[in-house]
Amino acid sequence: MSVTTKTLGLIVGAVTAITANISHAQDLAGETVEYVIPFSESGGSARWANFYAPLLSEALPGNPTVVVRYRPGAGSTEGANWFQEQTTDDGTLVFGTSGSTQFPYLLGDPRVRYEYADWQPVLASGTGGVVFLPPDLGAKFDGNFDDLKEEFFLYGSQGATTLDLVPLLAFQMLGLQVDPVFGIEGRGDGRLMFERGEANIDYQTSAAYIASVVPLVEQGLAVPAFTFGALDDAGLIVRDPTFPDLPSFKEVCEATAGCETEGTAWDAWKAFFISGFAAQKMVYLPGTASPEVVAMYEQAFRDIIARPDFAELSAAELGVYPQLTGDGGRSASDQATQVTDEAREFVLNWLKEAYGVTMQ
Amino acid sequence: MEMFATAAPALGEALALIFQPQQLMFLVAGVLLGLSIGVLPGLGGIAGLSLVLPFMFGMEPVSGLALMVGLIAVIPTSDTFSSVLLGIPGSSASQATVLDGFPLAKKGQAARALSAAFMSSLYGGLLGAVVLTCFIFVARPLILAFGLPEMLMITVLGLSMVAILAGRVPLKGVVAAGMGLMAGTIGAAGAGGSLRMSTYDIPYLVDGLQLVIVGLGIYAIPEIVSLLRQDKPIATSGQLGLGWVQGIKDWWENIWLSTRSAFIGVTVGIIPGLGGSVVDWIAYGFAVQSAKNRENFGQGDIRGVIAPESSNNAKEGGGLVPTLIFGIPGSGSMAVFLGGLALLGLSPGPHMVRQDLSTTYTIVWSLALANVIGAGLCIVLSKYIAKLTQIRFTLLAPYLFMIIAFAAFQSRQSIGDLVALIGIGLLGILLRRFDYSRPAFLIGFVLSGQAEGFANMANQIAASRFRRSWEAGFDYIFTPLSIGILVLTVLSIWVGIKQSKNIRENIETHTGAKRAPVIFLLFITAYIAVSVWDASTITRFGDKIFPLVVGSVTLAGCFALLIRMRFSPETDDAFIDLEAGGSEAAAPHGLWWTLSWFLGLLVMTFIFGLVIALCVFMLSFFRIRGGLGWAASTLYMAGGVGFILFLAGVLGRDFPPGLLQSYFDLPWPFT
Repeated sequence: MSVTTKTLGLIVGAVTAITANISHAQDLAGETVEYVIPFSESGGSARWANFYAPLLSEALPGNPTVVVRYRPGAGSTEGANWFQEQTTDDGTLVFGTSGSTQFPYLLGDPRVRYEYADWQPVLASGTGGVVFLPPDLGAKFDGNFDDLKEEFFLYGSQGATTLDLVPLLAFQMLGLQVDPVFGIEGRGDGRLMFERGEANIDYQTSAAYIASVVPLVEQGLAVPAFTFGALDDAGLIVRDPTFPDLPSFKEVCEATAGCETEGTAWDAWKAFFISGFAAQKMVYLPGTASPEVVAMYEQAFRDIIARPDFAELSAAELGVYPQLTGDGGRSASDQATQVTDEAREFVLNWLKEAYGVTMQ
Repeated sequence: MEMFATAAPALGEALALIFQPQQLMFLVAGVLLGLSIGVLPGLGGIAGLSLVLPFMFGMEPVSGLALMVGLIAVIPTSDTFSSVLLGIPGSSASQATVLDGFPLAKKGQAARALSAAFMSSLYGGLLGAVVLTCFIFVARPLILAFGLPEMLMITVLGLSMVAILAGRVPLKGVVAAGMGLMAGTIGAAGAGGSLRMSTYDIPYLVDGLQLVIVGLGIYAIPEIVSLLRQDKPIATSGQLGLGWVQGIKDWWENIWLSTRSAFIGVTVGIIPGLGGSVVDWIAYGFAVQSAKNRENFGQGDIRGVIAPESSNNAKEGGGLVPTLIFGIPGSGSMAVFLGGLALLGLSPGPHMVRQDLSTTYTIVWSLALANVIGAGLCIVLSKYIAKLTQIRFTLLAPYLFMIIAFAAFQSRQSIGDLVALIGIGLLGILLRRFDYSRPAFLIGFVLSGQAEGFANMANQIAASRFRRSWEAGFDYIFTPLSIGILVLTVLSIWVGIKQSKNIRENIETHTGAKRAPVIFLLFITAYIAVSVWDASTITRFGDKIFPLVVGSVTLAGCFALLIRMRFSPETDDAFIDLEAGGSEAAAPHGLWWTLSWFLGLLVMTFIFGLVIALCVFMLSFFRIRGGLGWAASTLYMAGGVGFILFLAGVLGRDFPPGLLQSYFDLPWPFT
């Protein structure tokens, strides 16, 4: 495509944005679909949204222009609060959430004024995570952490109520003495701390692990310990299909003395793991959208996932994880946005006792 | 030699890729796009990159790279226009350029300042590329040598620049920097999330103040208001002359300074986590410290333009290294760039140096080439764009205010952005009026989050090391690198304190009655006192210690200043008040009356939304303040509003809504 056609596309997009005000259900020809994410241009959600936006434009009937809009603020709660008030029912507005939107909701953050149950899920994307150690400590790891319980671990963390909640709780259940160093700005900074030798345990989400940690492993600078696992159809935690050679947290927990794979702690960990990883990013339509519009979007996402080149396209961006729509998307959304009161209480107490973090 | 053997073929391959007509075309397209966006104050790389991001997916990697790199490369070049011509920092990377660039424009030497700046940018960019070409092989161990203690020390080194920029009364500089640091702590603490000087009832404050808004508020609004009161063009001397040749000569005479500043730029840019927003201050500070005659700094010394401009373009090149090798963005625009790379199917990582060296070189040298094209275009244009300084400012101001309001709104898309802009603008006006160092405030603000974060994290890690053994702890803190930076810092403070009196933002000073300066200081003292009290109520130690310590020191500074005021005569420098005499006092329009125009715009935005408010504001401003006829006013208004609508349409942005919009559903752009 040449520059001129691209520029033309820009101008046409702008003009349609200005003139689009008539709505036709089920055919979005000439419309502009706003794909709103409650994050800034720089995060993983922006990448995810920009990956899907052009595909969605091709797959939706009438090939509307799909623009990604950013509404960052207050750890994504501001954008979600905004979406809660939207009543667009013609399919020209979709909203993308992530684990960072789910966790404040699950933990009862006072800033949350949104209700997931009001929204209609049309896509759920999963991911995974890998925990790794420096080589000297990795040598002491033999499928369980029994020989590492005397060690002082340092872990660079974005904060106890972010996605880091999942690894931190896992470390706690394994009986490790981990001091989280709070205040880093992204997982990449945590990995850098690990590479500098300041931190001696770290995790990365799958895509980042493959790109940046696998080379370290090959050079003998890091040793993978376990993945968080993946969810199978029966709702059980199994080995992560992207890393079939690595044990899941469940296996390691079973092998480590004092770590239980049932009971309140395990249920809490599993609930937050699902919300943070197994169904990390989701696309929602407002509650007011008609069933036809929902069906149209489900069909569009089905078509995208069925594209022959989808596996190749998504491998780099999304990893080899389920992209669920229809009933699968709905049940993933339910699992990601519901925890039992016991699990919530357990996590809130633990956050308060271990880190002095409260939700007031 | 082995390094050379790997580098040479990759370099050749990269150059062959870049110099293909198609890639060149994309590069030029990126440069033009970047130029048009960078010229607008407050809009920079993030806005430009988000514009092209939707088109990245499926593009050929080298073409996509050329487009993005072309865009990134010219932002720190083109943002110089607004810094020099209007006194508005075009982006955070050229805040220091305002200090001397704008006085030059006022003297009618805008073309000279601009061409010197562009030459420096060009040189800095090229030098940055050369350094990177060799350096990329050893970058990894060097970057890893910068642990948290070292980064903390660099942050402190940045803060030490306050010493030389403190102004006439060093105590005032301390108070200003302290205020900046405290302003940076507003919101949820980075580590534990405790709230500081904010509440969940005002969600806007929880995220803290944004750098774009603080930069625009502290510099742009006071300058616009001040110029507007004079009702004259910016350049008071009338003739512009053929200064642009002089500017290139100026740069050539200071080539050594330019080289040094470029090295500072590459070095600071290369360290991930520091961000680029201090590099211009550090370069400026070193330029002043190392200069022989310093009298003219702050009043239009060309060296004050050359240093920051050489460093900020070199920084972009430096910033690429952590972005490519570690996948860690050094700045906001680099983060978006990373997103773009992913869409092109490139994943940054250590392999970018080993397997993908030619791609890496493509990026580095596209950057250099884009610098040449961008700076060349800018030099050619500078002669014409400098004429902007001869237009009657009253006709320029509404447009500026419109763009600034739009740019500010992009940071959070909340009406709070506009409130914060005007609020901080008011603070900026008062800081300027009572001769508090605005650079000191800005440096404090920029470095606040880093200083707190690095200090807390380094402290935690050190504590854990000390628990193991004393030796492990000391080994961690006192590395040769951190001691080296410490020595530099001490030197910088020492030179700074000796010389700060020479750096003056305002030449003529007037002292009036004691009352106004004392009242202002009492307000500052009260705010700091409340902040300290607020910090003391936080339970989590890590979240309270920084505001508590910084606040207490600032408070002590406030009290010392109050005591000095109590025992000094009215003619003391502590009582400088620009309203008491000179050009400000003689201005045909009052300060508050001028400011109330903007307050009016804000109030109207609250009710009708920005677009309608802008129409009314511009029409009445041109008619009443500008004294134009109805027809001309309408034409000028339509031009301005039309432009901003086009910009928003292309960028896919909304405008701030008001009360009206919460009752009625209106079509874009009124939503």
